[in-house]
Amino acid sequence: MPTITYRQPDGSTLSVAVSDGTSVMRAALENDIRGIIGECGGQAMCATCHVYVGSTPELPPIAEEEQEMLECTAAPRDPARSRLGCQLKAGSDFEAIEVEIPARQV
Amino acid sequence: MTLDETVACIGAGHAGVQLAESLRTEGFAGRIVLIDEQEHLPYSRPPLSKEFMTGTEMAPLPLKGASWYAAHDVTLHTGTRATSIDRERRRVHLEDGSALGWNHLVLAQGARARTLDVPGSTLAGIHTLRTLNDAKGLRAPLARSNRVVVVGAGFIGLEFACAARATGLDVTVVDPAGRALARSVSSVTAAALVSRLEAAGTHFSFETSVLAFQGEDHVRRVLTSNGDLDADLVVIGIGVVPRDELAHEAGLEVDGGIVVDSALLTSDPNITAVGDLAVSSSTGARTECVQNAADQARYVAQRIVGKTAEQYAHVPRFWSHLGPNRLQIVGTWTGSDNSELAGNPDGAFSIRHYRGSSLIAVESVNQPREHMQARKALESRLSVA
Repeated sequence: MPTITYRQPDGSTLSVAVSDGTSVMRAALENDIRGIIGECGGQAMCATCHVYVGSTPELPPIAEEEQEMLECTAAPRDPARSRLGCQLKAGSDFEAIEVEIPARQV
Repeated sequence: MTLDETVACIGAGHAGVQLAESLRTEGFAGRIVLIDEQEHLPYSRPPLSKEFMTGTEMAPLPLKGASWYAAHDVTLHTGTRATSIDRERRRVHLEDGSALGWNHLVLAQGARARTLDVPGSTLAGIHTLRTLNDAKGLRAPLARSNRVVVVGAGFIGLEFACAARATGLDVTVVDPAGRALARSVSSVTAAALVSRLEAAGTHFSFETSVLAFQGEDHVRRVLTSNGDLDADLVVIGIGVVPRDELAHEAGLEVDGGIVVDSALLTSDPNITAVGDLAVSSSTGARTECVQNAADQARYVAQRIVGKTAEQYAHVPRFWSHLGPNRLQIVGTWTGSDNSELAGNPDGAFSIRHYRGSSLIAVESVNQPREHMQARKALESRLSVA
Protein backbone atom coordinates (compact mmCIF):
# COMPACT_ATOMS: atom_id res chain seq x y z
CA MET A 1 0.00 0.00 0.00
CA PRO A 2 1.20 3.54 -0.66
CA THR A 3 2.31 5.45 2.41
CA ILE A 4 2.10 9.09 3.36
CA THR A 5 4.28 10.55 6.07
CA TYR A 6 3.11 13.78 7.64
CA ARG A 7 5.61 15.98 9.44
CA GLN A 8 4.17 18.58 11.82
CA PRO A 9 5.78 22.00 12.39
CA ASP A 10 7.07 20.66 15.74
CA GLY A 11 8.96 17.91 13.94
CA SER A 12 6.73 15.00 14.95
CA THR A 13 5.82 12.61 12.16
CA LEU A 14 3.12 10.06 11.47
CA SER A 15 3.03 7.61 8.58
CA VAL A 16 -0.20 6.16 7.27
CA ALA A 17 -0.81 3.43 4.71
CA VAL A 18 -3.54 4.36 2.25
CA SER A 19 -5.34 2.77 -0.65
CA ASP A 20 -4.77 3.84 -4.24
CA GLY A 21 -6.54 7.03 -5.23
CA THR A 22 -6.55 8.50 -1.71
CA SER A 23 -5.34 12.09 -1.69
CA VAL A 24 -2.90 13.54 0.82
CA MET A 25 -5.77 15.76 2.02
CA ARG A 26 -8.29 12.92 2.44
CA ALA A 27 -5.82 10.68 4.25
CA ALA A 28 -5.05 13.54 6.66
CA LEU A 29 -8.73 14.02 7.48
CA GLU A 30 -9.34 10.29 7.84
CA ASN A 31 -6.34 9.85 10.13
CA ASP A 32 -6.74 12.85 12.41
CA ILE A 33 -3.66 14.69 11.14
CA ARG A 34 -3.61 18.20 12.56
CA GLY A 35 -3.14 21.18 10.28
CA ILE A 36 -4.95 20.10 7.12
CA ILE A 37 -8.46 21.48 6.74
CA GLY A 38 -9.75 20.79 3.23
CA GLU A 39 -12.65 23.22 3.49
CA CYS A 40 -13.69 22.92 -0.17
CA GLY A 41 -13.71 19.12 -0.09
CA GLY A 42 -10.81 18.64 -2.47
CA GLN A 43 -11.45 20.88 -5.44
CA ALA A 44 -8.43 23.17 -5.28
CA MET A 45 -10.75 26.01 -4.29
CA CYS A 46 -9.67 26.94 -0.77
CA ALA A 47 -5.91 26.32 -0.36
CA THR A 48 -6.40 24.94 3.16
CA CYS A 49 -4.59 21.65 2.47
CA HIS A 50 -1.27 23.30 1.59
CA VAL A 51 1.75 21.03 2.19
CA TYR A 52 5.48 21.18 1.57
CA VAL A 53 6.58 18.03 -0.20
CA GLY A 54 9.74 16.51 1.26
CA SER A 55 11.69 13.52 0.00
CA THR A 56 9.72 12.61 -3.02
CA PRO A 57 9.57 10.80 -6.26
CA GLU A 58 8.73 12.89 -9.27
CA LEU A 59 5.26 14.37 -8.90
CA PRO A 60 2.98 15.34 -11.76
CA PRO A 61 3.21 18.96 -12.83
CA ILE A 62 1.11 21.59 -11.06
CA ALA A 63 -2.09 22.37 -12.95
CA GLU A 64 -2.96 26.00 -13.54
CA GLU A 65 -5.71 26.24 -10.91
CA GLU A 66 -3.45 24.67 -8.29
CA GLN A 67 -0.69 27.06 -9.34
CA GLU A 68 -2.88 30.08 -8.77
CA MET A 69 -4.27 28.85 -5.44
CA LEU A 70 -0.73 28.19 -4.23
CA GLU A 71 0.04 31.88 -4.70
CA CYS A 72 -2.49 32.63 -1.99
CA THR A 73 -1.67 30.19 0.81
CA ALA A 74 -1.76 31.36 4.42
CA ALA A 75 1.78 30.11 5.11
CA PRO A 76 4.46 31.22 2.65
CA ARG A 77 4.70 29.25 -0.57
CA ASP A 78 7.90 27.36 -1.21
CA PRO A 79 8.21 27.44 -5.01
CA ALA A 80 10.05 24.12 -5.04
CA ARG A 81 7.95 22.20 -2.52
CA SER A 82 4.46 23.67 -2.08
CA ARG A 83 1.47 21.61 -3.30
CA LEU A 84 -2.20 21.28 -2.46
CA GLY A 85 -2.76 17.98 -0.66
CA CYS A 86 -6.07 17.42 -2.45
CA GLN A 87 -4.28 17.27 -5.81
CA LEU A 88 -1.80 14.50 -4.88
CA LYS A 89 -3.23 11.00 -5.19
CA ALA A 90 -1.67 7.81 -3.88
CA GLY A 91 -0.87 5.20 -6.48
CA SER A 92 -1.08 7.37 -9.56
CA ASP A 93 1.07 10.24 -8.27
CA PHE A 94 3.28 8.54 -5.68
CA GLU A 95 3.89 5.29 -3.84
CA ALA A 96 5.54 6.91 -0.84
CA ILE A 97 5.62 10.57 0.02
CA GLU A 98 6.62 12.75 2.94
CA VAL A 99 4.86 16.06 3.39
CA GLU A 100 5.50 18.81 5.86
CA ILE A 101 2.46 20.64 7.23
CA PRO A 102 2.71 24.42 7.35
CA ALA A 103 2.05 26.34 10.53
CA ARG A 104 -1.07 28.04 9.12
CA GLN A 105 -3.84 27.17 6.68
CA VAL A 106 -6.34 30.01 7.11
CA MET B 1 -16.28 27.49 32.12
CA THR B 2 -15.98 24.39 34.25
CA LEU B 3 -15.38 20.72 33.67
CA ASP B 4 -18.98 19.79 34.25
CA GLU B 5 -20.35 22.21 31.68
CA THR B 6 -21.94 20.72 28.58
CA VAL B 7 -22.21 22.18 25.14
CA ALA B 8 -24.77 20.24 23.13
CA CYS B 9 -25.11 20.79 19.41
CA ILE B 10 -27.98 19.48 17.32
CA GLY B 11 -26.58 18.82 13.88
CA ALA B 12 -23.19 17.34 13.03
CA GLY B 13 -22.59 18.93 9.66
CA HIS B 14 -19.88 21.41 8.79
CA ALA B 15 -20.97 23.80 11.54
CA GLY B 16 -21.42 21.23 14.31
CA VAL B 17 -18.11 19.49 13.77
CA GLN B 18 -16.23 22.77 13.43
CA LEU B 19 -17.82 23.94 16.69
CA ALA B 20 -16.54 20.83 18.48
CA GLU B 21 -13.07 21.22 17.04
CA SER B 22 -12.88 24.93 17.82
CA LEU B 23 -14.18 24.48 21.36
CA ARG B 24 -11.32 22.06 22.05
CA THR B 25 -8.79 24.29 20.29
CA GLU B 26 -9.97 27.23 22.38
CA GLY B 27 -9.52 25.24 25.56
CA PHE B 28 -13.08 24.27 26.44
CA ALA B 29 -12.74 21.46 28.98
CA GLY B 30 -16.36 20.44 29.49
CA ARG B 31 -18.52 17.92 27.68
CA ILE B 32 -19.26 18.30 24.00
CA VAL B 33 -22.12 16.32 22.51
CA LEU B 34 -23.08 16.32 18.83
CA ILE B 35 -26.51 14.94 17.95
CA ASP B 36 -27.41 14.09 14.37
CA GLU B 37 -30.21 12.03 12.90
CA GLN B 38 -28.04 10.83 10.04
CA GLU B 39 -26.35 7.54 10.83
CA HIS B 40 -23.04 8.35 9.13
CA LEU B 41 -19.78 9.67 10.40
CA PRO B 42 -20.07 13.43 9.71
CA TYR B 43 -19.02 14.12 6.12
CA SER B 44 -18.15 16.93 3.76
CA ARG B 45 -21.00 18.06 1.52
CA PRO B 46 -19.38 19.91 -1.41
CA PRO B 47 -18.10 16.77 -3.20
CA LEU B 48 -21.53 15.09 -3.14
CA SER B 49 -22.92 16.89 -6.18
CA LYS B 50 -19.60 16.75 -8.04
CA GLU B 51 -16.92 14.05 -8.01
CA PHE B 52 -18.84 11.81 -5.63
CA MET B 53 -21.69 11.72 -8.14
CA THR B 54 -19.61 10.35 -10.96
CA GLY B 55 -18.17 7.70 -8.71
CA THR B 56 -14.44 8.31 -8.58
CA GLU B 57 -14.59 8.36 -4.78
CA MET B 58 -16.56 5.52 -3.25
CA ALA B 59 -16.61 6.80 0.32
CA PRO B 60 -17.68 10.28 1.35
CA LEU B 61 -14.98 12.64 2.57
CA PRO B 62 -15.21 12.62 6.38
CA LEU B 63 -15.01 15.94 8.21
CA LYS B 64 -12.90 14.13 10.81
CA GLY B 65 -11.69 10.56 11.00
CA ALA B 66 -13.61 8.23 13.32
CA SER B 67 -10.80 8.29 15.87
CA TRP B 68 -10.89 12.08 16.19
CA TYR B 69 -14.09 12.15 18.25
CA ALA B 70 -12.78 9.87 20.97
CA ALA B 71 -9.34 11.48 20.90
CA HIS B 72 -10.92 14.89 21.58
CA ASP B 73 -13.57 13.64 23.96
CA VAL B 74 -16.45 14.62 21.69
CA THR B 75 -19.55 12.46 22.05
CA LEU B 76 -21.16 11.72 18.73
CA HIS B 77 -24.82 10.69 18.88
CA THR B 78 -25.50 9.83 15.26
CA GLY B 79 -28.61 8.09 14.01
CA THR B 80 -30.56 9.84 16.77
CA ARG B 81 -33.17 12.51 16.22
CA ALA B 82 -33.69 15.27 18.73
CA THR B 83 -37.43 15.48 19.34
CA SER B 84 -37.81 18.50 21.59
CA ILE B 85 -35.96 21.20 23.45
CA ASP B 86 -36.87 21.92 27.06
CA ARG B 87 -35.53 25.43 27.54
CA GLU B 88 -36.55 25.72 31.17
CA ARG B 89 -34.74 22.58 32.31
CA ARG B 90 -32.09 22.94 29.62
CA ARG B 91 -32.55 19.54 28.12
CA VAL B 92 -32.79 18.06 24.69
CA HIS B 93 -35.06 15.04 24.37
CA LEU B 94 -34.02 12.35 21.93
CA GLU B 95 -36.20 9.89 20.04
CA ASP B 96 -34.85 6.94 22.00
CA GLY B 97 -36.54 8.45 25.07
CA SER B 98 -33.36 9.72 26.67
CA ALA B 99 -32.67 13.34 27.55
CA LEU B 100 -29.46 15.29 27.56
CA GLY B 101 -28.75 18.25 29.80
CA TRP B 102 -26.80 21.27 28.53
CA ASN B 103 -25.48 24.62 29.62
CA HIS B 104 -25.18 25.94 26.09
CA LEU B 105 -27.22 24.61 23.20
CA VAL B 106 -26.22 25.17 19.61
CA LEU B 107 -28.68 24.57 16.79
CA ALA B 108 -26.94 23.54 13.58
CA GLN B 109 -29.37 21.26 11.77
CA GLY B 110 -28.96 23.07 8.48
CA ALA B 111 -31.64 22.91 5.83
CA ARG B 112 -33.54 20.32 3.84
CA ALA B 113 -34.05 20.25 0.10
CA ARG B 114 -37.26 21.95 -0.98
CA THR B 115 -39.61 19.57 -2.75
CA LEU B 116 -41.93 20.22 -5.64
CA ASP B 117 -45.58 19.47 -5.05
CA VAL B 118 -47.16 18.85 -8.43
CA PRO B 119 -49.12 15.85 -9.75
CA GLY B 120 -46.85 12.83 -10.07
CA SER B 121 -44.11 14.19 -7.82
CA THR B 122 -44.02 10.96 -5.78
CA LEU B 123 -43.12 8.79 -8.80
CA ALA B 124 -39.88 6.80 -8.63
CA GLY B 125 -36.97 8.42 -10.41
CA ILE B 126 -37.57 11.87 -8.91
CA HIS B 127 -34.80 12.86 -6.52
CA THR B 128 -33.44 15.71 -4.47
CA LEU B 129 -29.72 16.08 -3.70
CA ARG B 130 -28.69 17.31 -0.31
CA THR B 131 -27.45 14.47 1.90
CA LEU B 132 -25.07 11.56 1.54
CA ASN B 133 -28.02 9.18 1.24
CA ASP B 134 -29.45 11.35 -1.55
CA ALA B 135 -26.12 11.23 -3.38
CA LYS B 136 -25.75 7.47 -2.92
CA GLY B 137 -29.32 7.00 -4.10
CA LEU B 138 -28.59 8.89 -7.31
CA ARG B 139 -25.50 7.03 -8.43
CA ALA B 140 -27.15 3.85 -9.69
CA PRO B 141 -30.05 5.67 -11.45
CA LEU B 142 -27.51 7.98 -13.07
CA ALA B 143 -25.68 4.98 -14.49
CA ARG B 144 -28.82 3.46 -16.07
CA SER B 145 -30.68 6.59 -17.21
CA ASN B 146 -30.69 8.24 -20.61
CA ARG B 147 -32.72 11.41 -20.30
CA VAL B 148 -32.35 13.65 -17.31
CA VAL B 149 -34.44 16.66 -16.41
CA VAL B 150 -33.06 18.97 -13.76
CA VAL B 151 -35.60 21.28 -12.17
CA GLY B 152 -33.88 24.45 -10.93
CA ALA B 153 -30.84 26.25 -12.33
CA GLY B 154 -29.17 26.95 -8.99
CA PHE B 155 -25.82 25.58 -7.84
CA ILE B 156 -27.05 22.05 -7.07
CA GLY B 157 -29.03 21.82 -10.31
CA LEU B 158 -26.15 23.01 -12.47
CA GLU B 159 -23.56 20.89 -10.68
CA PHE B 160 -25.69 17.80 -11.08
CA ALA B 161 -26.41 18.69 -14.71
CA CYS B 162 -22.66 18.85 -15.33
CA ALA B 163 -22.07 15.50 -13.65
CA ALA B 164 -24.89 13.88 -15.65
CA ARG B 165 -23.76 15.44 -18.91
CA ALA B 166 -20.18 14.30 -18.25
CA THR B 167 -21.42 10.72 -18.28
CA GLY B 168 -22.99 11.31 -21.69
CA LEU B 169 -26.65 11.66 -20.71
CA ASP B 170 -29.16 13.91 -22.41
CA VAL B 171 -29.72 16.71 -19.88
CA THR B 172 -32.29 19.51 -19.83
CA VAL B 173 -32.43 22.12 -17.06
CA VAL B 174 -35.74 23.93 -16.55
CA ASP B 175 -36.28 26.95 -14.34
CA PRO B 176 -39.19 29.33 -13.92
CA ALA B 177 -36.80 32.28 -13.68
CA GLY B 178 -35.46 34.04 -16.74
CA ARG B 179 -31.89 32.99 -16.05
CA ALA B 180 -29.64 30.67 -14.05
CA LEU B 181 -28.28 31.30 -10.53
CA ALA B 182 -30.66 34.20 -10.08
CA ARG B 183 -30.05 34.43 -6.33
CA SER B 184 -26.33 33.75 -6.42
CA VAL B 185 -24.47 35.55 -9.19
CA SER B 186 -24.87 38.51 -11.50
CA SER B 187 -26.48 38.02 -14.90
CA VAL B 188 -23.20 38.35 -16.83
CA THR B 189 -21.61 35.48 -14.91
CA ALA B 190 -24.75 33.36 -15.14
CA ALA B 191 -24.99 33.88 -18.90
CA ALA B 192 -21.33 33.00 -19.40
CA LEU B 193 -21.70 29.77 -17.43
CA VAL B 194 -24.93 28.75 -19.15
CA SER B 195 -23.45 29.27 -22.60
CA ARG B 196 -20.52 27.00 -21.67
CA LEU B 197 -22.83 24.30 -20.35
CA GLU B 198 -24.89 24.63 -23.55
CA ALA B 199 -21.75 24.29 -25.64
CA ALA B 200 -21.07 21.06 -23.73
CA GLY B 201 -24.52 19.80 -24.71
CA THR B 202 -26.82 20.64 -21.77
CA HIS B 203 -30.17 22.10 -22.81
CA PHE B 204 -31.82 24.94 -20.90
CA SER B 205 -35.43 26.00 -20.75
CA PHE B 206 -35.92 29.21 -18.76
CA GLU B 207 -39.24 30.83 -17.84
CA THR B 208 -40.50 27.28 -17.66
CA SER B 209 -42.56 25.82 -14.82
CA VAL B 210 -43.05 22.14 -14.14
CA LEU B 211 -46.78 21.32 -14.20
CA ALA B 212 -46.72 17.56 -13.61
CA PHE B 213 -44.73 14.36 -13.86
CA GLN B 214 -46.11 11.36 -15.74
CA GLY B 215 -45.30 7.66 -15.73
CA GLU B 216 -46.70 4.41 -14.34
CA ASP B 217 -44.51 3.81 -11.33
CA HIS B 218 -41.45 5.52 -12.64
CA VAL B 219 -41.24 9.00 -14.13
CA ARG B 220 -41.29 9.02 -17.96
CA ARG B 221 -42.37 12.54 -18.88
CA VAL B 222 -42.20 16.02 -17.43
CA LEU B 223 -45.06 18.32 -18.42
CA THR B 224 -43.98 21.93 -18.40
CA SER B 225 -45.44 25.32 -19.28
CA ASN B 226 -43.14 25.21 -22.28
CA GLY B 227 -43.85 21.74 -23.70
CA ASP B 228 -43.22 18.17 -22.54
CA LEU B 229 -39.89 16.49 -21.93
CA ASP B 230 -39.09 12.78 -21.84
CA ALA B 231 -37.17 11.83 -18.73
CA ASP B 232 -36.15 8.72 -16.86
CA LEU B 233 -34.43 10.65 -14.09
CA VAL B 234 -35.43 13.96 -12.50
CA VAL B 235 -33.46 15.95 -9.98
CA ILE B 236 -35.19 18.76 -8.13
CA GLY B 237 -32.82 21.55 -7.12
CA ILE B 238 -35.08 24.40 -6.14
CA GLY B 239 -33.46 25.55 -2.94
CA VAL B 240 -33.70 24.59 0.69
CA VAL B 241 -35.92 25.04 3.70
CA PRO B 242 -34.22 25.77 7.03
CA ARG B 243 -34.80 23.06 9.61
CA ASP B 244 -36.15 25.35 12.27
CA GLU B 245 -39.12 23.23 13.50
CA LEU B 246 -37.56 22.23 16.83
CA ALA B 247 -36.67 25.84 17.52
CA HIS B 248 -40.16 26.96 16.59
CA GLU B 249 -41.77 24.35 18.86
CA ALA B 250 -39.48 25.46 21.67
CA GLY B 251 -40.80 29.00 21.29
CA LEU B 252 -37.67 30.55 19.81
CA GLU B 253 -38.12 33.39 17.35
CA VAL B 254 -38.30 31.95 13.84
CA ASP B 255 -38.77 33.92 10.65
CA GLY B 256 -37.53 32.13 7.55
CA GLY B 257 -34.91 30.47 9.76
CA ILE B 258 -33.92 30.82 13.39
CA VAL B 259 -33.51 34.51 14.13
CA VAL B 260 -30.11 35.37 15.62
CA ASP B 261 -28.53 38.59 16.83
CA SER B 262 -25.06 39.89 16.02
CA ALA B 263 -23.55 37.34 18.44
CA LEU B 264 -25.53 34.51 16.77
CA LEU B 265 -27.70 34.12 19.86
CA THR B 266 -31.33 33.17 19.41
CA SER B 267 -34.13 34.79 21.42
CA ASP B 268 -32.93 32.54 24.28
CA PRO B 269 -29.51 33.73 25.52
CA ASN B 270 -28.47 30.13 26.25
CA ILE B 271 -29.16 28.97 22.71
CA THR B 272 -27.13 29.77 19.61
CA ALA B 273 -27.94 29.02 15.98
CA VAL B 274 -25.30 28.72 13.26
CA GLY B 275 -25.03 27.83 9.60
CA ASP B 276 -27.70 27.52 6.92
CA LEU B 277 -30.65 27.77 9.32
CA ALA B 278 -29.65 31.01 11.06
CA VAL B 279 -31.26 34.20 9.81
CA SER B 280 -29.69 37.51 10.77
CA SER B 281 -32.05 39.83 12.64
CA SER B 282 -30.38 42.84 11.01
CA THR B 283 -30.31 41.71 7.36
CA GLY B 284 -33.12 39.15 7.35
CA ALA B 285 -30.83 36.87 5.34
CA ARG B 286 -29.49 33.37 5.73
CA THR B 287 -26.08 32.48 4.31
CA GLU B 288 -25.94 29.02 2.77
CA CYS B 289 -22.35 27.97 2.44
CA VAL B 290 -19.75 25.78 4.07
CA GLN B 291 -17.42 28.64 4.86
CA ASN B 292 -20.15 30.57 6.69
CA ALA B 293 -21.02 27.47 8.73
CA ALA B 294 -17.38 26.97 9.70
CA ASP B 295 -16.69 30.65 10.40
CA GLN B 296 -19.79 31.00 12.55
CA ALA B 297 -18.87 27.86 14.49
CA ARG B 298 -15.32 29.17 15.13
CA TYR B 299 -16.76 32.44 16.39
CA VAL B 300 -19.30 30.74 18.68
CA ALA B 301 -16.58 28.54 20.20
CA GLN B 302 -14.59 31.67 21.06
CA ARG B 303 -17.67 33.33 22.46
CA ILE B 304 -18.56 30.33 24.63
CA VAL B 305 -15.10 30.22 26.19
CA GLY B 306 -15.18 33.97 26.69
CA LYS B 307 -12.45 34.86 24.20
CA THR B 308 -14.51 37.29 22.18
CA ALA B 309 -17.16 39.79 23.08
CA GLU B 310 -17.28 41.21 19.58
CA GLN B 311 -20.04 40.80 17.09
CA TYR B 312 -19.80 38.15 14.42
CA ALA B 313 -18.48 39.66 11.21
CA HIS B 314 -17.30 37.93 8.10
CA VAL B 315 -17.06 38.19 4.35
CA PRO B 316 -19.03 35.38 2.72
CA ARG B 317 -17.35 33.19 0.12
CA PHE B 318 -18.93 30.73 -2.25
CA TRP B 319 -17.61 28.45 -4.93
CA SER B 320 -18.94 26.08 -7.50
CA HIS B 321 -17.33 23.75 -9.95
CA LEU B 322 -19.15 23.25 -13.23
CA GLY B 323 -17.01 20.96 -15.34
CA PRO B 324 -13.90 22.96 -16.23
CA ASN B 325 -15.53 26.18 -15.01
CA ARG B 326 -14.46 27.22 -11.55
CA LEU B 327 -16.67 29.89 -10.06
CA GLN B 328 -15.51 31.67 -6.91
CA ILE B 329 -17.36 34.50 -5.21
CA VAL B 330 -16.33 36.68 -2.32
CA GLY B 331 -18.58 39.31 -0.78
CA THR B 332 -22.23 40.12 -1.44
CA TRP B 333 -22.84 41.60 -4.87
CA THR B 334 -26.56 42.37 -4.58
CA GLY B 335 -26.05 45.86 -3.14
CA SER B 336 -23.74 46.99 -5.94
CA ASP B 337 -24.45 50.11 -7.99
CA ASN B 338 -21.65 49.66 -10.50
CA SER B 339 -19.65 46.73 -11.78
CA GLU B 340 -16.59 46.23 -13.87
CA LEU B 341 -15.65 43.28 -16.04
CA ALA B 342 -12.01 42.20 -16.09
CA GLY B 343 -11.08 39.54 -18.58
CA ASN B 344 -13.03 37.78 -21.28
CA PRO B 345 -16.50 36.32 -20.59
CA ASP B 346 -15.64 33.59 -23.10
CA GLY B 347 -12.55 32.65 -21.11
CA ALA B 348 -11.29 33.57 -17.67
CA PHE B 349 -12.87 36.66 -16.16
CA SER B 350 -13.90 38.45 -13.02
CA ILE B 351 -16.62 40.92 -12.25
CA ARG B 352 -15.83 43.44 -9.56
CA HIS B 353 -18.85 44.93 -7.85
CA TYR B 354 -18.73 48.33 -6.19
CA ARG B 355 -21.02 50.42 -4.07
CA GLY B 356 -19.92 53.94 -4.87
CA SER B 357 -16.16 53.59 -5.02
CA SER B 358 -15.81 50.74 -2.55
CA LEU B 359 -15.37 47.17 -3.65
CA ILE B 360 -18.06 44.91 -2.12
CA ALA B 361 -17.84 41.65 -4.06
CA VAL B 362 -15.93 39.87 -6.79
CA GLU B 363 -17.16 36.98 -8.91
CA SER B 364 -14.43 35.05 -10.70
CA VAL B 365 -14.56 32.32 -13.30
CA ASN B 366 -11.26 30.48 -13.70
CA GLN B 367 -9.35 33.33 -12.06
CA PRO B 368 -8.42 32.04 -8.59
CA ARG B 369 -5.68 34.63 -8.23
CA GLU B 370 -8.19 37.47 -8.66
CA HIS B 371 -10.46 35.72 -6.19
CA MET B 372 -7.81 35.34 -3.54
CA GLN B 373 -6.64 38.94 -3.93
CA ALA B 374 -10.22 40.15 -3.58
CA ARG B 375 -10.67 37.94 -0.56
CA LYS B 376 -7.63 39.43 1.11
CA ALA B 377 -8.73 42.96 0.28
CA LEU B 378 -12.27 42.47 1.60
CA GLU B 379 -11.20 40.55 4.70
CA SER B 380 -8.50 43.06 5.66
CA ARG B 381 -11.05 45.85 5.50
CA LEU B 382 -13.25 43.83 7.86
CA SER B 383 -10.46 43.48 10.39
CA VAL B 384 -9.83 47.24 10.53
CA ALA B 385 -13.55 48.12 10.60
